[in-house]
Amino acid sequence: MTLEELQRTAQEERASQSKVACHLHVCTAASCLSAGSAQVKQALEQELAERGMRSFCRVKGVGCMGLCSAGPLVAAHPEGFLYGRVTPEDAPDITRSLVEGRPVRRLSVPTDQPFFRRQRKLVLENAGLVDPERLEEYIAAGGYASLLKALTEMTPQDVIREVTISGLRGRGGAGYPTGLKWSTVAKSTDAEKYVVCNADEGDPGAFMDRAVLESDPHRVLEGMTIAAYAVGARHGFIYVRAEYPLAVARLRTAIRQAERAGLLGNRIAGTPFSFHIEVRLGAGAFVCGEETALMASIEGRRGTPRPRPPYPAEYGLWGHSTLINNVETFANIPVIVREGGQWFARIGTATSKGTKVFALAGRVVNTGLIEVPMGISLREIIFEIGGGIPDGRRFKAVQTGGPSGGCIPEEHLDTPVDYESLAALGSMMGSGGLIVMDDTTCMVDLARFFLEFSKGESCGKCVPCRVGTAHLYELLDRLVKGEANGESLRMLEELSDLLRHTSLCGLGQSAPNPVLSTLRYFREEYEAHLAGRCLAGTCRVGANR
Amino acid sequence: MNAGIKTLRIDGRDVSARADQTILQVARENDIFIPSLCYLEGLSPVGACRLCLVEVKGVSRLLPACVTRVEEGMEVSTRSERLDAYRRMILELLFSERNHICSVCVSNGHCELQSLAERLNLTHVHFPYRYPRLPVDASHPRFVADHNRCILCTRCVRVCDEIEGAHTWDVMGRGIEARVITDLNQPWGESESCTSCGKCVHVCPTGALSEKGRSVAEMAKRRQFLPYLTMMRTQAR
Repeated sequence: MTLEELQRTAQEERASQSKVACHLHVCTAASCLSAGSAQVKQALEQELAERGMRSFCRVKGVGCMGLCSAGPLVAAHPEGFLYGRVTPEDAPDITRSLVEGRPVRRLSVPTDQPFFRRQRKLVLENAGLVDPERLEEYIAAGGYASLLKALTEMTPQDVIREVTISGLRGRGGAGYPTGLKWSTVAKSTDAEKYVVCNADEGDPGAFMDRAVLESDPHRVLEGMTIAAYAVGARHGFIYVRAEYPLAVARLRTAIRQAERAGLLGNRIAGTPFSFHIEVRLGAGAFVCGEETALMASIEGRRGTPRPRPPYPAEYGLWGHSTLINNVETFANIPVIVREGGQWFARIGTATSKGTKVFALAGRVVNTGLIEVPMGISLREIIFEIGGGIPDGRRFKAVQTGGPSGGCIPEEHLDTPVDYESLAALGSMMGSGGLIVMDDTTCMVDLARFFLEFSKGESCGKCVPCRVGTAHLYELLDRLVKGEANGESLRMLEELSDLLRHTSLCGLGQSAPNPVLSTLRYFREEYEAHLAGRCLAGTCRVGANR
Repeated sequence: MNAGIKTLRIDGRDVSARADQTILQVARENDIFIPSLCYLEGLSPVGACRLCLVEVKGVSRLLPACVTRVEEGMEVSTRSERLDAYRRMILELLFSERNHICSVCVSNGHCELQSLAERLNLTHVHFPYRYPRLPVDASHPRFVADHNRCILCTRCVRVCDEIEGAHTWDVMGRGIEARVITDLNQPWGESESCTSCGKCVHVCPTGALSEKGRSVAEMAKRRQFLPYLTMMRTQAR
């Protein structure tokens, strides 16, 4: 597909869409599907057909609209009505409201609330608007124009320069400058290079990558293809966990569509540049999100990390120079190429540019997927966008970064969200999971939960992580049950220090973070457990004494 | 000036090295002691036991000496209070992980774990012992695998794969549940790929792999074959 053909497809698609007066967008991402949105979609289609309204209104399956807690969500365009907790029985009311031009009050979700107003969507700009299973819609929304711009108007160095200027940093959590990573791989003289997309999202409570892949899969393909052009790679892999069957299916569909349209594969858009993408499924190991373990897994070996250096840029897949980025990082690329690095760099803080997608979960009114500019405070995220704590309870802490991150208490809620600030608090940006906790959560029990996870997910290769996580878990388990002795806290700190400084990979190095951050901010809860009490009142301390 | 030769400083001593050497190799050449258990000259290094971690000036992280290549002007410290404490704790973790009861072990007196503990002045283990129930595989006609003594250094896995070329050994399970296995977790005696060469037994640092018929403290390991084979192969190339 050349630039002219791309533009023609976009025009045709837009013309076809404007033939009907309105569209009903039904969320078909995993969260709403599990709440029954497939049946809602079917009921709406049937209702429109029965009323003979199909030339007036079209039902469209779209990706995530963000407010998962109110799912299944249905949006009417261009009216701008948003409906939540829709059931198939609501179909007649919804179709009638389209004719009358008045929203169905009992289903309405206000769209002027902070949840929608305070967000800034770049990565998710198409989520909830395009049908993730149709290439034409992505093209009509401006998709693949960035790729063609890169291929026809820019040199690989130009692309890397824009990404460097943008200040984009790795969205997988560590925050390594993306432009620097790209230029390192581009400088490699290796004849064979690879581009890998890390979609092995494993943190409990995190679903950012899943939502991006389910809502706008072409965007990730476009970002990867631009990256491949920039670094000089001809083959790419998307490593996605098998627990995301819908994301996998949509990715495979998208790859097939893009290949058929000549936007992926041999001689892309008529240029000499070729790039092929294969999907590889993870078999359920959290550690395979670590880049060296991920590559071992792609190669068909046991997914265990190896010491770095050499880094993947130098020695990656099958020993070749490899660029590996997270889903969200790639999803930012089309915007950067389209709007320019300078434009992107104006969003965010001095050290953290652009936006960040977060999965808001736990004890908060509005749970779901949000995208906010870097630098926004945690308080704004939780109390404005999130709508605060339900049931009149008190906020206690927010966990960022999953099992590798830490808990942040109320006194630090005004901290701006950026890589450095969160690290200074003993937590980390992480991939974007935010779990909010109220005063019914015991922090010792929370630390035990995360250590149980890390212990089960440790690969067993290095001694500190393999044995240390097991000891940490058991110490915490004894604390929760009220069977611990006075030595416990000292031993927790000692082991945490050992793991952080001697473990082989990021899993072991960051596994003690939940323990250390809860010890730092909620030490009194540990001491209460030693004294036979649980301050949250949830642990049966001393029940077995 | 030869670009392939580097000079560096280890514990205040000036030493020279080939650019492709690791800190551990250069230290051993110069009789500077760095503890290690998973490393064995002749096998690919994996950096798993974390005992050989050293401090390098200007690097905030601790680096595993077995996989870290030398660099010009590098200043390495192999000893410090912090390193000693970490190393003792790692050994303690290993002792607490499985059932290392030296007094009834075939390798008593010939065990690398035991001698390292002595050398690092490990007097006791302050972490709780886990006492897992682990099997002993005595199905092989000549050898025994006692998982109670295994420290998962994976020397057996590597020697079988890289030197013997059989790849009988591998690792199954994750984390604290990880275990070395023969073939697809079949009894060793029923393994079709095992050539009964015994290399795994002799590279094993503890009493986990031993020859049958040995009693307590009788299992001394002979590793001479490994540098010899490595040398012959390098020359053949």
